Amino acid sequence: MQKKISSIPFSGTPEQEAKLKEAIAAHLDDPGAVMPVLQEAQEIYGYLPIEVQQMVAEGLNVPLEEVYGVSTFYSQFALSPKGKYNISVCLGTACYVKGSGDILNKLSELLGIEPEECTPDGQFSLTACRCIGACGLAPVLTINDDVYGRLTVDQVEGIIDKYKNA
Amino acid sequence: MYRSNVLVCGGTGCTSSNSLKIVEKLKEEIKAKGLEKEVNVITTGCFGLCALGPIMVVYPEGSFYSMVKVEDIPEIVEEHLLKGRIVTRLLYQETVEEDTIKSLNKTAFYAKQKRVALRNCGVIDPEKIDDYIAVDGYAALGKVLTEMTPEQVIQTILDSGLRGRGGAGFPTGLKWKFAAANDADQKYVCCNADEGDPGAFMDRSVLEGDPHAVLEAMAIAGYAIGASKGYIYVRAEYPIAVKRLQIAIKQAHEYGLLGDDIFSTGFNFDIQLRLGAGAFVCGEETSLMTSIEGKRGEPRPRPPFPAVKGLYQKPTILNNVETYANIAQIILKGADWFASMGTEKSKGTKVFALGGKINHTGLVEIPMGTTLREIVFEIGGGIPNGKKFKAAQTGGPSGGCIPEEHLDVPIDYDNLIAIGSMMGSGGLIVMDEDNCMVDVAKFFLEFTVDESCGKCTPCRIGTKRLLEMLEKITKGQGTMEMLDEMEELCYYIKANSLCGLGQTAPNPVLSTLRYFKDEYIAHIVDKKCPAGVCKELLQYTIDKDKCFGCGMCAKKCPAGAISVTDYTAPGKKKPAYEIDPSKCIKCGACIDTCKFKAISKG
Repeated sequence: MQKKISSIPFSGTPEQEAKLKEAIAAHLDDPGAVMPVLQEAQEIYGYLPIEVQQMVAEGLNVPLEEVYGVSTFYSQFALSPKGKYNISVCLGTACYVKGSGDILNKLSELLGIEPEECTPDGQFSLTACRCIGACGLAPVLTINDDVYGRLTVDQVEGIIDKYKNA
Repeated sequence: MYRSNVLVCGGTGCTSSNSLKIVEKLKEEIKAKGLEKEVNVITTGCFGLCALGPIMVVYPEGSFYSMVKVEDIPEIVEEHLLKGRIVTRLLYQETVEEDTIKSLNKTAFYAKQKRVALRNCGVIDPEKIDDYIAVDGYAALGKVLTEMTPEQVIQTILDSGLRGRGGAGFPTGLKWKFAAANDADQKYVCCNADEGDPGAFMDRSVLEGDPHAVLEAMAIAGYAIGASKGYIYVRAEYPIAVKRLQIAIKQAHEYGLLGDDIFSTGFNFDIQLRLGAGAFVCGEETSLMTSIEGKRGEPRPRPPFPAVKGLYQKPTILNNVETYANIAQIILKGADWFASMGTEKSKGTKVFALGGKINHTGLVEIPMGTTLREIVFEIGGGIPNGKKFKAAQTGGPSGGCIPEEHLDVPIDYDNLIAIGSMMGSGGLIVMDEDNCMVDVAKFFLEFTVDESCGKCTPCRIGTKRLLEMLEKITKGQGTMEMLDEMEELCYYIKANSLCGLGQTAPNPVLSTLRYFKDEYIAHIVDKKCPAGVCKELLQYTIDKDKCFGCGMCAKKCPAGAISVTDYTAPGKKKPAYEIDPSKCIKCGACIDTCKFKAISKG
């Protein structure tokens, strides 16, 4: 999958950097450290800009090429920042046959962005995600940690409005 | 001792519909009524009947409350827990029979099930090791370490006939035997909990509902092959499962059931968690091991097989969560008990995740050899809204679509392959007449194109070419020659891809071509999508005899494709409208606007 690389300038804080260094130190003796450290780095920064990948590479003493290879291979690693509210629409089979594709299209139309993009005001980002395993509630979408299930296309606008005015 | 136990489902399905708030409210109300010493609230794993979530069961009565809301809790506490009067109105209606209340096990959903791998899901509190020990937990590990030799353990698993539940169906005992035969200073036991097949969630439910069963089985496997280290590779998308595994590992350490010198036998075994990061190919064994090593999860050619050179180049076994969930029971109850269930070549039970167009979405565990018809129409409660069954899809992106004519085939590994699908990890998605089979094939190919790791050409380029042809067909640009080309390409990809992902990726195309060729032909020759899914092939038409001539649709049409005609239907006052198909962009705005249902698509 082609990844969208962000052009937004990096703005990490010293606190974040200290946290990252801690995470790196905790995994130094671990032979397969790159993935767990990148996962923690993404927790800290929200995404993995090249500057962060560079710190991970130097900290773990592995080539940047290897770190970049890993961060672009796995779909969970984001190279561009997410919005304040990240909307994930499940495109697993159970959700798809119950019309989650239409829900994704509706969101795309309402927000004016394509999947994997973020609105210019940084409020919403849209992701098409793989099965989250809540197939009993299909079709499902999540906004940050909130789960909305048994959806119809008509409900989508109301849900978004709740966050717009929040 | 408590006089009542209230079990609330804390699986992902029910949590998503707020079951944790229900637990909170329950505890609050119980305290307010001063019942906290009499009534115990337990958060359990998945009950299986996710369609009715959130689920709550009160014992000793066994009252099954379904679709519980936070607002219902005060009434349930007041009436049922305080005064002993079951709130019949809120029960799962199938358990209510006139004046009596049926046992849950007698309902259509549960009656035909046989729970082995899921035996503790929805029964125990997965965050308490004592609950697991109370149901014979870790007894199998004790038995193995104190009474059996590694060879005897392997022989028992071989005799049971257990085959890998992750998809390929390789005999588990054989895998262990190969790894045991290789000498090395370090061996590994791995658990594949990277359940990437969209629509399958049985492994997640086992991890959420009964995590210790997996830890115990891995320790048993470690003893059998001579390994002291284990890794569980679990999807990061399953936060509840990850949390419960972490708790379980910690508790097992505290009880001396993991770590050094287990049961004072000198056997050491430890387990680490590794989180996946969303790559479907990591379900393939060599990819998964490469990923545990922290690298890009690309597969490599076999041989050498992992039993010879696996993780960090050491002998390794990898089994799936559901496979492990069977192990302790086989050790305790014997190989013959397990082999007495199922068909000649597929023993035991299998868990299926029912999803899609089916009334009882959820998890079911049935003996091998049960027919699809029983699963879909008896256990699953049939198709909602009176629609017609079209196909059942098993095996996810590696499997195929099974049409109605094969509904009576007894399900086992070999029969499913014979009808062009596969067991896979056990996702079972039901489709009805509104699903277009060409679109479904396209959906799975989009998935595999996205998830192909790119290492080998047949998979990387072959699946892309297949998808392009499918896209053309769904747009009405297909030719009949394309069908033959596709089939040829499918067999080429299957024969030449490096790993299981590519070798099975064409299955959705092949099986739909085999059973639903008429739908492909309708797309190609008639330029029509019979199910009304493929947008480019839809035609919107106005029934002029139903049209009142209000003109609302023409106002709404963004493309200016609707105009007034000079025909006025009998009994109507204004002339009817019509759609110019050459201008229509098929947005559907007109259908939504028409109050008289005069517009149809097809």
